[in-house]
Amino acid sequence: MTHDSNVPYIGRATSRVDGPLKVTGGAKYAAEYAAPGLLHGYVVSGAIAKGRITSIDVSDAMTVPGVVDVLTHEHRARTAWLSYNYQDMIGPPGKPFRPLYDDKIQYSGQPVALVVAESFEASRAAAALVRVSYKSEEHITDLEAVKGQSYVPPKRRSGIAPPPKPRGDADDAFDAAPVKVKQQYRVPVEHHNPMEPFATTVVREQDGGLTIYDKTQGSQNNQAYICSIFGLSKDKVRVVNAFMGGGFGSGLRPAYQLYLAVLASQTLERSVRVALTRDQMFTFSYRPETIQTVSLGAEPSGKLTAIRHHAVAGTSHFEDHQEVVVNWSGLLYDCKNAKLTYELAKIDTHTPADMRAPGAVLGVFAIESAMDELAYEVGVDPVELRLLNYAEKDENDDKEFTSKALKACFKEGAERFGWSRRSPEPRSMRDGRELIGWGMATGVWEAQLMDTQARVTIHLDGTLEVASATSDIGTGTYTVMAMTGADMFGLPLEKVRVKLGDSSLPTAPVEGGSWAAASTCSAIKLACQALTKDLLEHARALADSPLKRARPEDVVARDGRLFLRDAPGTGVAIQDILRSAKLDELSAKGEAKPDSKVQKTHSSYTHSAIFCEVRVDEQLGVVRVARIVNAVAAGKIINPKTARSQILGGVVMALGSALEEETFSDHALGRFMNHNLAEYHMPVHADIKDIDVIFVDEQDELTNELGVKGLGEIGIVGTGAAIANAVFHATGARIRSLPITVDKLIDSPAFTAEP
Amino acid sequence: MNRYTFTQAVDADGAVREKIGADVRFIAGGTNLIDLMKYNVERPDRVVDITKLPMRDIAEAPHGGLRLGALVTNAVCAYDTRIAERYPLLREAILSGASPQLRNAATTGGNLLQRTRCYYFYDVDTPCNKRQPGSGCPAIGGLNRIHAILGTSEHCIATNPSDMNVAMAALGATVNVRGTSGERAIPILDFHRLPDDKPEVDTNLRGDELITSVDLPDEAFATHYTYLKLRDRASYAFALVSVAAALRMEGGTIAEARIALGGVAHKPWRRPEVEALLKGAKPGLQTFSKVADALLEGSRPQSQNAYKIQLAHRAIIRALTQAADGTPQSVADKAIL
Ligand SMILES: Cc1cc2nc3c(=O)[nH]c(=O)nc-3n(C[C@H](O)[C@H](O)[C@H](O)COP(=O)(O)OP(=O)(O)OC[C@H]3O[C@@H](n4cnc5c(N)ncnc54)[C@H](O)[C@@H]3O)c2cc1C
Ligand code: SF4
Repeated sequence: MTHDSNVPYIGRATSRVDGPLKVTGGAKYAAEYAAPGLLHGYVVSGAIAKGRITSIDVSDAMTVPGVVDVLTHEHRARTAWLSYNYQDMIGPPGKPFRPLYDDKIQYSGQPVALVVAESFEASRAAAALVRVSYKSEEHITDLEAVKGQSYVPPKRRSGIAPPPKPRGDADDAFDAAPVKVKQQYRVPVEHHNPMEPFATTVVREQDGGLTIYDKTQGSQNNQAYICSIFGLSKDKVRVVNAFMGGGFGSGLRPAYQLYLAVLASQTLERSVRVALTRDQMFTFSYRPETIQTVSLGAEPSGKLTAIRHHAVAGTSHFEDHQEVVVNWSGLLYDCKNAKLTYELAKIDTHTPADMRAPGAVLGVFAIESAMDELAYEVGVDPVELRLLNYAEKDENDDKEFTSKALKACFKEGAERFGWSRRSPEPRSMRDGRELIGWGMATGVWEAQLMDTQARVTIHLDGTLEVASATSDIGTGTYTVMAMTGADMFGLPLEKVRVKLGDSSLPTAPVEGGSWAAASTCSAIKLACQALTKDLLEHARALADSPLKRARPEDVVARDGRLFLRDAPGTGVAIQDILRSAKLDELSAKGEAKPDSKVQKTHSSYTHSAIFCEVRVDEQLGVVRVARIVNAVAAGKIINPKTARSQILGGVVMALGSALEEETFSDHALGRFMNHNLAEYHMPVHADIKDIDVIFVDEQDELTNELGVKGLGEIGIVGTGAAIANAVFHATGARIRSLPITVDKLIDSPAFTAEP
Repeated sequence: MNRYTFTQAVDADGAVREKIGADVRFIAGGTNLIDLMKYNVERPDRVVDITKLPMRDIAEAPHGGLRLGALVTNAVCAYDTRIAERYPLLREAILSGASPQLRNAATTGGNLLQRTRCYYFYDVDTPCNKRQPGSGCPAIGGLNRIHAILGTSEHCIATNPSDMNVAMAALGATVNVRGTSGERAIPILDFHRLPDDKPEVDTNLRGDELITSVDLPDEAFATHYTYLKLRDRASYAFALVSVAAALRMEGGTIAEARIALGGVAHKPWRRPEVEALLKGAKPGLQTFSKVADALLEGSRPQSQNAYKIQLAHRAIIRALTQAADGTPQSVADKAIL
């Protein structure tokens, strides 16, 4: 297809520029890099939840041919002593877990040894022969058992807003309210389970430097982590994460195989790869279990008079992991009295981690379920109830919204779904033996911009390179970066090269929080503007330059030329500019930063309205999600194709969370037990029917340079509540503990008895 | 995974001879054995590949019916036109299991011997009587949502996870085996066993015996049958409860009935004396409900799986209804009707 440089890519459905590499196997992942003499490390995982290692017998393991060494807390190179050195940019307050640090066992599945061998097979065979003895201590992994000892985290986690100050008097207002809903909601532990298991390949370069191919959502975070622990300088450590087979937040913090691979490489002075098994994917990050209580007070009309939302979330004994769980309730609804509280309780597990829309998946499930309960209580349609209590401003922080097209989401979503044909009574719609339920909910997520740098380089051959240390965790960052560069220089996509996923590139934060597209593309735009300006400087220096008197705002770059916006005939070929300046290429940098002036007065969020139809067998309790409409307001949509994919993926993941996903703990053993993909259930193709994604029009001049809000997470938020609400509408059974599985429906008294 | 030696058998006698002595395992499709070896649950000294043995045919059985070679894959079996026409119950049960990739590799013999999916059994860092006799059964009082409600013992409450076995039990198949002391035929209901005080032993197959084939009897129940599988997601999950129902109808009455339950016991669960209650009966909710009561008699819930008793009860009624109506559960469209 020939490219018309007058029609921008931004806003047009564009296939992934890295798609061909991915489907041909050309995209290389962390465990796929080789090096001469590469050694293989296999992790030995601990068996108990708490206690001490009394001995580690490696004698049998060492007899396996090919085994080079077994690293343990008693046998390893010296690394940094202080837990401070193990801190990373994302980690919460506390003392980060230090692998193989001492004899202390802090959670079940903790790495206790690394077998290093000439082949993967030898390392695995030997790992089974490492005999570890323990002295157990009493442990508690059950949140229910410790929720009475919950506490407000004394130190807040950077980047995570604590609950807002209470407004009005929610306790009094609730007591006085003519209509009350007070319920408890539970979301269990879930694991991220990205397709690609965590892996690190450490390659020792000729000059003694380390090139570390790592599965991570942030190369520079992990580079800093390794430098700090091993006392290495940044120019000796390069972390590369060009491709990532999914992260969902599990790769925001350094995973322990990174440390172990570098430790082995430093100890043995060899290149080393450590890849985790699927089981071991259940031995670090996970979404914390939460127990939440929501109390809503309302007028008989449904107008809210009081919102109380209290959450207790599990965390480890060594770190206070925090998320924004309860704030959403005060943000979504106009209500004079609101009291939102968030506490932690310690259990003997690893620290939880951010998992796609951390906090919001939990808190919005609770508030949007409670709002549904209120809708039945007052006999008001769930959409009407939300409109009645619609927040025109951010009452948590007393700020305006940069934009909020949620009403359009309700309207367009309801129309597409056919919501007006809903019969309000539970159990009032059916098809044969199947009860039909229609439910809806609201979704919300932050629209953030993070400090991000980018570099763009125009080459003599007419190609443009755009570069930033950001990551593409499968979301389509390569593509939106290329599209932005292409539009700024009026080039076809084929002439734009993207570099990312490399700690040596211009500074960028971890990819997470749905901020990457807005931040990176804004930085690229600024860099392109700077580059255009530099090109103009050089162009003006040309003899007889037609742009001699042009100012930067007068010119545009397009199709390899720099010319006057108002007189496209007047311009110069970029090649000629470079040639006469005796340059092969010219680079410029850009840096996107949040606008602190706007932030003082405005809040920025994405919103969505989700409508869902479930069908439930009235005797067997089998739930099928027949269709979902998710209408999203997320500012400008850069690439409708990958944007839609993000929402689809979010919806599928929400379906998992609502109906299937739970990591089961045996609390007597203190151990997660369904640690594989046969027994940890996520949706399969047969579970997924119609998913309809709508992007409503939302103009936002304030949120950032491009009016882009980000999309990686909004699709999962609220969707679980919409499904749960639909199950209630179908069956009359309100299951407040996720996932809604057949056993819970069968056991629910409200679910039909046998005929 | 441990280090082991690997040999390839060329004929059945050779395979059986190889099996004597050390800790030896046959490998067929490997879809269960390899996983167990990776988890260090199975640590054989020697693995004998039997995939070169001539046991891949589906042929007419000597006394009527069909004979399935032990190496016939689940996919080949399910898509064989003779099976599809004569034994649709078996076909549907197989297709409700695992995934296309797994069914392409999984064999008839291997499926008969696949081991339980109890979480503890797969995790060598936990106790488990089945894996390590005498170490205890943490599933009792622990995570037992997926465990058995019938025929359990104080030593083990695991289930047999197979779908194929349930259909074969309903059909009344026979397992043909060969050992060092010759051949024998084991009726499918005697093939798997209850855990009692030896949960480490899943079946009555002897250590040296090779499964050579399975005979399906002539009576195929090809019109009034269903395989109803209830699970935690629409596909690619083991049964919480499954029911293979097969009826022979004469006019409007039931002349013969077979009902086998999966997901509820250490073996496919059948009670011929209960099936006899249906002989001469007209299909109807009340009758089916009584049969369900009788089939589940003696069921004992664990801490997390009481729902299975209710669920199985309802599933039996639904399956009998589907079978009587001649509207079998479709594996393609997962919707239950
Ligand atoms: C993720 C997953 C999901 C699954 N889902 C389902 C499901 O929903 N329903 C279901 O029914 N099954 C399911 N399965 C199980 C699958 O059906 C079995 O793994 C398969 O049938 C085993 O056959 P195989 O040939 O691969 O056996 P192998 O793994 O080769 O062998 C299994 C055992 O049988 C022995 N063996 C094999 N052949 C013979 C023989 N001829 N004589 C004597 N011993 C023999 C082996 O020594 C071994 O002990 C699933 C499996 C997986 C991994
Ligand atoms: S139920 Fe059986 S397999 Fe499971 S832990 Fe108990 S003994 Fe082991």
